[in-house]
Amino acid sequence: MKPNASSPTEIGLDPAQAESRSPLQLAWRRFRKHKMAMAGVGILLLLVLYVTIGGMLFAKGYCAPLDRELRYEAWANCSDTGKVRQAPSAAHPFGTDSIGRDVLARTIYGGQISMVIGVTAATVGVILGTLVGAIAAYYGGWIDSLLMRFTEAMLNIPSLFLLIVAAKFFSGKIPDINILGRQMTGNVIFIIIIIGLTSWMYLARIVRANVLSLRELEFVAASRALGSSNARIIFTHLLPNTLAPVIVAATLGVAGAILNEAYVSFLGLGIPSQITATWGNMLDGSYQYLEDAPWLWFFPGTFILLTVLSVNFIGDGLRDAFDPRSIRHL
Amino acid sequence: MLNYIIRRVLQAIPQLFIISILLFLLMQSFGDPVATLGARTPPKPEDKERLRRQLGLDQPLYTQYVVWLAGNDWMLIDMDGDGISETPGKRQGILRGDWGQSLVTRRPVLEMIADRLPNTLVLMITVEIVIIIFSLLVGIYSALKQYSFWDNLITTVSFVGYSMPVFWLALMMIYIFAVGFKRMGLPYLPTVGMFDPQVGKTTLEVMRHMVLPVATLSIISVASYSRYVRSSMLEVLNQDYIRTARAKGLGYWTVIARHALKNASLPFVTLIGLDLPFLLAGAVVTERIFAWPGMGRLFLDHVARADFPVLMGILMLIAIAVVIFQLLTDIVYSFLDPRIRLN
Repeated sequence: MKPNASSPTEIGLDPAQAESRSPLQLAWRRFRKHKMAMAGVGILLLLVLYVTIGGMLFAKGYCAPLDRELRYEAWANCSDTGKVRQAPSAAHPFGTDSIGRDVLARTIYGGQISMVIGVTAATVGVILGTLVGAIAAYYGGWIDSLLMRFTEAMLNIPSLFLLIVAAKFFSGKIPDINILGRQMTGNVIFIIIIIGLTSWMYLARIVRANVLSLRELEFVAASRALGSSNARIIFTHLLPNTLAPVIVAATLGVAGAILNEAYVSFLGLGIPSQITATWGNMLDGSYQYLEDAPWLWFFPGTFILLTVLSVNFIGDGLRDAFDPRSIRHL
Repeated sequence: MLNYIIRRVLQAIPQLFIISILLFLLMQSFGDPVATLGARTPPKPEDKERLRRQLGLDQPLYTQYVVWLAGNDWMLIDMDGDGISETPGKRQGILRGDWGQSLVTRRPVLEMIADRLPNTLVLMITVEIVIIIFSLLVGIYSALKQYSFWDNLITTVSFVGYSMPVFWLALMMIYIFAVGFKRMGLPYLPTVGMFDPQVGKTTLEVMRHMVLPVATLSIISVASYSRYVRSSMLEVLNQDYIRTARAKGLGYWTVIARHALKNASLPFVTLIGLDLPFLLAGAVVTERIFAWPGMGRLFLDHVARADFPVLMGILMLIAIAVVIFQLLTDIVYSFLDPRIRLN
């Protein structure tokens, strides 16, 4: 600080400036003080670096069946049946799997898919949940009771069972696709859709409860008196005011979606592992070699654990940051 | 009260209809159940067609749903494929208590569920008891010693605990307590099935096989439930009436047990009540890993074979249980908390 700092702006005491912080800025300040949440951000950043830059650093090796050096995803899919379930070594730091593929490279490329599934499936779930909740609450009447009956019906079926039934419904119907130059099974898309379709119900209820109380407030009546359309009221007045639970649900939804993909693939009903690895399908069947090849499940399982853990920490930090009243004693 | 119960039951009926239609539609494209019927020689096309006709799978979807719902004993079916309906149907439909027959084993669905349900209940009720006891103990302890070393440790551990994927924990437990202990020459725990066939299904043997699955399932739930107990306990402990009770000379533990815990356990009761019906479902992933012959396994095995009467049976049983337990939870809650009026 300058010795002769006389202007209040320079020492940061300008009252006008202090008041100008938006609720989002205030939430961000509280979030930064949340130790576990910041630890979560740190771990998650490392994991994202691992699945992106890691591919350039670690994913290369000599593929014996093709008799040449391979890099990137091709290396992750190179199956050398002469080297099945080898323990971790210099050539394969995480060992090899049941058909002789490099586990390290597969955790990198599988991690990309798992994270993409997490984010996109959570987005699908959040959009659905928000829309259903907002529409039910705003219009009320028979629309409300119909949508809420449907929501309750979905909640009455255990979510994993619902997910399995839905996974079976779509399985084998979608051709392979090409995204950003990467060949992958169309199952990736369907798993995103079904996880989204089976995970919106809790958020719909929260948004509905919030919108129900918001729509009775004066500013909504004022907006309606000014002639705003229903869509405008919902999207510019009601939803922004219920943003906090939506953001929290979106964050926790990412962790939930990654776990759900892992469960479905673990049970062999998810994404087939031939051309697209995921952390989930790396686990499929791995428990049969529990004793002889623990690296088959340990590495993908631990990456899932770390991702879910860090995302949950972040979600918890966000919850406290948005609602200082609800700070749960940590 | 009676009015409330009647109204809730009436509301549940359309809900169960929505669930059944939704599930029925989803299951119709599971693939051809007849195609997966195992035989050493693949069945001839005409055999398949006959089988499909006998099972009623050649009927349009809405007919199949009506038969599943209300039976077909009031209509004639064309069994021999000559275009003339001559055989009277035998099915009574789920509304009259006929849950149908498995397409794979041809046994009544209810009988198959009844075979598996006890196995699942033995496992899940034990889990639930362990969860209730430990989350109360851990939660109350943390609340009483707020911000102590142990409270902070428990908090950190339970944060990690409730993010733990169940398969990771299960595999880790097996690796430590079965594989690891065996290698070190220590007595180790069994990991597969309910009992060792060479020993037989004795109580002790089943209990030994239950240790790891019960531990796996309860650790994750205790981690999250003890948080609820802790926060509701803390909320109650800060109330004036607790101070009053202490001030008038009641003992510490009397206040904790009679005044604080009783009120703090209300949200916990709801949590457990809404959890109970899902016990029937068992735990799909855990039952798969530990090869536990329960409902989750039954469900998975019959998903693979597109055996929709069994799947419908399991899911409808759970849905009905959920409806009943929601109602029971509300009623119990209104007894525990007289401020709440059901109407």
